[in-house]
Amino acid sequence: MKEKIAYRVNRIEPSGIREFFDLVLGMKNIISLGIGEPDFVTPWHIREAGIYGLEQGYTSYTSNQGLPQLRKAIAQYLKRRFNLKYDPDDEILITVGVSEAYDLAIRALVNPGEEVLIPQPCYVSYYPVAVLAEGKPRYISTANCGFKLTPELLISSISPRTKILVLNYPSNPTGVTYSREELRALVKVIKDKDLIVISDEIYAELTYDQEHVPLTSLPGMKLQTIYLNGFSKAFAMTGWRLGFACGPKEIISAMNKIHQYTMLCAPILSQMAGIEAILRGESAVRDMCLEYRRRRDYIVERLRDMELDFVYPQGAFYVYVNIKKTGLSSREFAVRLLKEKKVAVVPGVAFGPGDNDNYVRMAYTVDFDTLKKAIDRIEDFMRSL
Amino acid sequence: MKEIIEMLRENARLTAEDIAKILKKDVKEISKNIQKLEKDGVILGYKTIINEEKVKSFKPVRAIIEVQVTPKRNQGFDYIAERIYKFPEVVTCFLVSGTYDLLLIVEGEDIHKVAQFVAEKLAPLEGVKGTVTHFLLKKYKQDGFILTKSKKNHRQTITL
Repeated sequence: MKEKIAYRVNRIEPSGIREFFDLVLGMKNIISLGIGEPDFVTPWHIREAGIYGLEQGYTSYTSNQGLPQLRKAIAQYLKRRFNLKYDPDDEILITVGVSEAYDLAIRALVNPGEEVLIPQPCYVSYYPVAVLAEGKPRYISTANCGFKLTPELLISSISPRTKILVLNYPSNPTGVTYSREELRALVKVIKDKDLIVISDEIYAELTYDQEHVPLTSLPGMKLQTIYLNGFSKAFAMTGWRLGFACGPKEIISAMNKIHQYTMLCAPILSQMAGIEAILRGESAVRDMCLEYRRRRDYIVERLRDMELDFVYPQGAFYVYVNIKKTGLSSREFAVRLLKEKKVAVVPGVAFGPGDNDNYVRMAYTVDFDTLKKAIDRIEDFMRSL
Repeated sequence: MKEIIEMLRENARLTAEDIAKILKKDVKEISKNIQKLEKDGVILGYKTIINEEKVKSFKPVRAIIEVQVTPKRNQGFDYIAERIYKFPEVVTCFLVSGTYDLLLIVEGEDIHKVAQFVAEKLAPLEGVKGTVTHFLLKKYKQDGFILTKSKKNHRQTITL
């Protein structure tokens, strides 16, 4: 049957950690630091807006681009929060999560053989989606630069076929983010080489020690950036599948062309809940963010006490921990930790090749008492090695 | 101090060591601060929040009582409030605005004990003009905790 499958799909490598995931899913009573989504339930006022929409019979399609009120609310939010100016009429597209937005951006821009540069470690979908679009994704390893892309690394990775750069900050799986100065230095190269950047800033609201600086806010970058954001992480709305893309209207229009034939529109109830989230969700976001920050501060100190190495995470809800000194591969470490101490973490190999096998991702998306228990067990585990 | 209070208010099981880690402070300093908060009466105690809906053996009867009182010259409501809140049956006593003055929560072993307290102790007090007693029938939510539904986790145990 395999020969019936399109070659594009066959080109995608199967996930190397499927087995580990199955192992985790088959076990009971474990503590999981492997969950890449908030432990909070969507704030009630947002859920209630969804219920109200359902009661009122909002069960239809919306315009392909998304509800005008939602686009307007997003435009206002971006202006207020980051001083970004996007026209809700033709520069914002509502999507089914950032995942769809990324797929649309890639498909709208990439011709066969054109290169997409992806700094890694990174979220799992960037590479295969580029493969499906017949682009040529290329990883840039940032392991030796504190998990941040540098101008030097970028320059040395660019070829005449390079068209796109994918950025994600604060980052899954490392939690690192970029300062304005670091972005400025990158922008020089980006402009010089006329790259388009797909900037996935889904964790923007979960930035703990500094202001989040959107790439598109830097002078001249609006024309070269597709800004992706969504509701999943900040508002704890992962299951609603709601995101958005902002960019130059020609690109947004091209993305919408694909979106209208493939997805049609994001679910109307999610869009209605999204309006409520954006208009009145600020304090809930602040509370959740504070809680994540405290957990971050705690886990970081505990890991330091264990003399484990990591790059200080400034956002998202992950720490990417170097386990090289244990002599175990990331998979071995994760399997043994799971079997011996019933704690799940994600092996680094999930997030890219090479050095990632020396790392595991720990997500602090559990309540404080659980987090503490998990770290106590990890400490026991480290001692037992 | 503010952050210590905030954190303990949310989770009284946090140890001085936990808080020290979160705030990147010395454990001794945090312990001292907590002791000071206790000494100054900012922190009054640490209790466990029990979902009494799920405990069969011990369930005190509770009544919420509205009390209309006459404030005393030069002392306002404080004098009569003190006369009332010193009864151990009174677990909560608030001065409120509106159609009555004091809002009490009174606890007793059974309905008769509470009724007896109201009839024999509370109502006859000089300065008490009238009482309205509401027996508490069911708790849905308390101190931010929803009591009628158990917490469920719908998340997958591992996701990227």
